[in-house]
Amino acid sequence: MSTAAATLPSDRDAARDRRPSLVTLTRVELRKACDTRAGFWLLLVCALLVVAVAAISIFAGEDFDHTLRNVFDNSAQILNFLLPVVGILLVTSEWSQRTAQVTFTLVPHRGRVLAAKLLASVALALLAFAVTLVVSLLFTAINPSSFNDAWSLGAPLLGQSVVFFIISLLVGTAFGAAFQLSAPAIVSSYVLVLAYAALTSVLKLDGLARWTDQSAFGALTDHSMSAREWARVGTTVLLWLGLPLAIGAYRFLRNEIR
Amino acid sequence: MIESHGLTKRLGGRTVVSDVSFACAPGTVTGFLGPNGAGKTTTMRMLCGLSEPDAGHSEILGGPYRDIPNPGRRVGILLDASAQHAGRRGQEVLTISALTMGADPKRVPELLERVGLEKRAARQRLKAYSLGMRQRLGIANALIGDPDVLILDEPANGLDPEGMRWMRGLLRDFADKGGTVLLSSHLLHEVEAVADQLLIIGKGTIVAAGTRDELLAGAGTLVRAADDDAALGTALSTAGLTARAHPDGGFIVEAEPEDVGRAALAGAVALARLGPSESAGLEQLFFDLTSGAPDAPPAAADLQETAR
Repeated sequence: MSTAAATLPSDRDAARDRRPSLVTLTRVELRKACDTRAGFWLLLVCALLVVAVAAISIFAGEDFDHTLRNVFDNSAQILNFLLPVVGILLVTSEWSQRTAQVTFTLVPHRGRVLAAKLLASVALALLAFAVTLVVSLLFTAINPSSFNDAWSLGAPLLGQSVVFFIISLLVGTAFGAAFQLSAPAIVSSYVLVLAYAALTSVLKLDGLARWTDQSAFGALTDHSMSAREWARVGTTVLLWLGLPLAIGAYRFLRNEIR
Repeated sequence: MIESHGLTKRLGGRTVVSDVSFACAPGTVTGFLGPNGAGKTTTMRMLCGLSEPDAGHSEILGGPYRDIPNPGRRVGILLDASAQHAGRRGQEVLTISALTMGADPKRVPELLERVGLEKRAARQRLKAYSLGMRQRLGIANALIGDPDVLILDEPANGLDPEGMRWMRGLLRDFADKGGTVLLSSHLLHEVEAVADQLLIIGKGTIVAAGTRDELLAGAGTLVRAADDDAALGTALSTAGLTARAHPDGGFIVEAEPEDVGRAALAGAVALARLGPSESAGLEQLFFDLTSGAPDAPPAAADLQETAR
């Protein structure tokens, strides 16, 4: 009520009654991703893992394999194991550490918080892409293959890789929102993928597996994809990102906060 | 300004808050009193939009909480001081809140000092914080947006006597500058000294509301015999006065002191004490109004009956 406000002598700046913008909320989410001990170490381990895999890729094996394309592919694929965890913790820490209480009192429209978390996930994916690319370039420079295509990567593959990183992180964010608890979300993000592959194989559902198994994502960092492969990525995204995100969004928006 | 109109919440088939209505005016401190499990936290969570009421509605500063564009700058909230990330540093918790609501993060050190958290403590991660330190950080977090309204759930929990006195001063000061304060407690003495208005909740319903004096009016007379309480008891019943034994000796009598004095004179009982029951009466009133565990089967059954 304005009368109550008027009686308070403290300074009133313009931001006071301005709704926090989505950019502000996204920046806050990015900060929250790395300002805790767990978050900081997870991101550091991700970076170290990329360095380790890039080093192994460039020094081990045949000279023939010491190409930027190969180093980048290996680094990206190994990050694919940890990036979902980054996305998961972005959401589950709100519940496991009960910070949702403060977050949702500051931003009562929870859809905006979820949107900020998804945008932060995309930003982190782009960061991961940039780091992986730079590290791959550096290591390729140390010991390039004597073949003259050591440096070729190609625009399509770069673009596909960006998509790969974004999907990888967003799948984690969606799983985090769907499960709300860190451990079940992390375990199921690994186990469900394997179990699904095993199940479709046992039941001889090869057709279904081809269109929904996460192996479809492998092509994104491997080679320039055909339209059919893009379609496979699309249907797989529907199952592994769309479904958990729908469940997660419902729970995120509706749950009682303790 | 805080207004609650018939807020009702059912959880797991049990009515935990039933038709709770009250108003807190600017410039006042309201003490929200009740035993653990009486529905204080649930009511406050509904006020802050964290929980959807099954019936009724509430308004803060003239509208629903969710309609406030930037609630952090208007309403300072501390619901649970432990609901913070254990791996985050104290100063970082405040910085995040400040950035979210567009307040100046440069205020963080000043606020930490104001709530009595030292520089070393500010740099520590919350895992190392005691409950009292968490409460202080939580209060700083509620104040960082320079709000008009404060809603604090059990803020004195974990504070030492000095801390409690400090907090009372802070809340009084906030209200004197025109702010509205709602704070809850399960301990009467924590809020009695600072609250302009008391709301007493028991088993999910408001059982009494008013100023301390209003609540005490009709709370009775405390009377104590110089040497023979039994004779005093007889004298009181002979005079037709309703009395109940006080745990510390003597009686609380539902009558004015002069009537009690005459009854004692008629019974020839020497008195050691005679007067309005004051704090003892308020405490007794609090227990009387809220007695009966909320989980006790008959009480729960009653509530469900009324809910239907």
